[in-house]
Amino acid sequence: MGFDQYHEPPDELSAQTRTFARMCASLTEEAEAIGWYEQRISVEADEEAVAIMHDAQGEEFKHFAMDLELLLRRTPKWREIAKGVLFQDGDIVEHGEAAEAAADSDAPACTGGAPASGSLGIGDLRGAGR
Amino acid sequence: MNHLLRGHAPITDAGWALLDDEARERLRSALAARKLVDFDGPKGWEHSATNLGRTTAVKETPINGLRAAQRRVLALVEVRAPFSVSRAELADGDRGADDVDLDALDEAAHRIATVENVAVFHGWPAAAIDGIAKASPPPAIALGDDHFEEYPRHVAKAQQLLLEAGVEGPYGLALGPEEYTGVVETAEHGGYPLLDHLREILGGPIVWAPGVRGAVLLSLRGGDFLFQSGQDLSIGYDHHDADTVQLYLEESFSFRVATPEAAVALRA
Repeated sequence: MGFDQYHEPPDELSAQTRTFARMCASLTEEAEAIGWYEQRISVEADEEAVAIMHDAQGEEFKHFAMDLELLLRRTPKWREIAKGVLFQDGDIVEHGEAAEAAADSDAPACTGGAPASGSLGIGDLRGAGR
Repeated sequence: MNHLLRGHAPITDAGWALLDDEARERLRSALAARKLVDFDGPKGWEHSATNLGRTTAVKETPINGLRAAQRRVLALVEVRAPFSVSRAELADGDRGADDVDLDALDEAAHRIATVENVAVFHGWPAAAIDGIAKASPPPAIALGDDHFEEYPRHVAKAQQLLLEAGVEGPYGLALGPEEYTGVVETAEHGGYPLLDHLREILGGPIVWAPGVRGAVLLSLRGGDFLFQSGQDLSIGYDHHDADTVQLYLEESFSFRVATPEAAVALRA
């Protein structure tokens, strides 16, 4: 318990990577909570209880969105692919394949990757100091 | 294609990867401020100003019976470091050469990293940026010339000033290049490395900081020193001829000190 989000020894991870892992774990938990509320609401007969659970589920929507936005801001390639998929009409799989191809052509994964924006993706370096 | 116009450059995908990787490596080692202060962003090239949450009264209104105020913001500064790359060298890189001459890129990376460090630690009045050392209330502590064995005493004194001001750690230390070299090369009585001793005092990182004069000790607790990135560091295309490609490194940012007493300057 407590440190399950780490798959590598935490002492060997930078502060930046530890934060990233925590936010990924948080994103997962928010998605699970949304699913749980959806199930509870579907079987609950008491309208007052349903109203409260709808409100609670709304909180989880917000938390999920905030977690995701932070992760996308700090992961340029993920952000570029997400831009090509989210809030688009049409075939989701087609959008996904196209967005991945576009991100790969602009930023080869083998080089560590620059996003389509041209940014070098340096960002926050806290935790990188000696 | 965005304003960097990378798609117009006569550079292959492999060439761009070579340039981006080289720039990334050079910049990461020299961007000292980002290793010690809060980083917000990147918010994109379109982002023009940082919200200060403050207003200035507008004294005259065209209609009587109104009260008006204008928002105050801190405009981001755009910084560009031009450099050129030989097309012949890039062609050699495409053939697999592993010693492509990218000295001009390295120098540009050092310049733009240094200006970022200077802005954060010493300020940039023309860009309305107050630096950490200038904003710090206590007088700077004198390090003395080349007396590196005295550094633990000076750093402990600076740390004591922070504690007396109620500023908790962990603490980080930005060292100018000469001071950093001196610290790395110095061993105390008994052969114990000075660098390790300072780390034990601080509980945080010691950072090589091109552009810093002397040293700056600051708290890493967060919320005290705020760097906002508009466009993060990127390579863009300017123009080319038969022999060279003119490129540039560019970023936009603002910086403000929210808690001046959360740092102490140490002067060389």
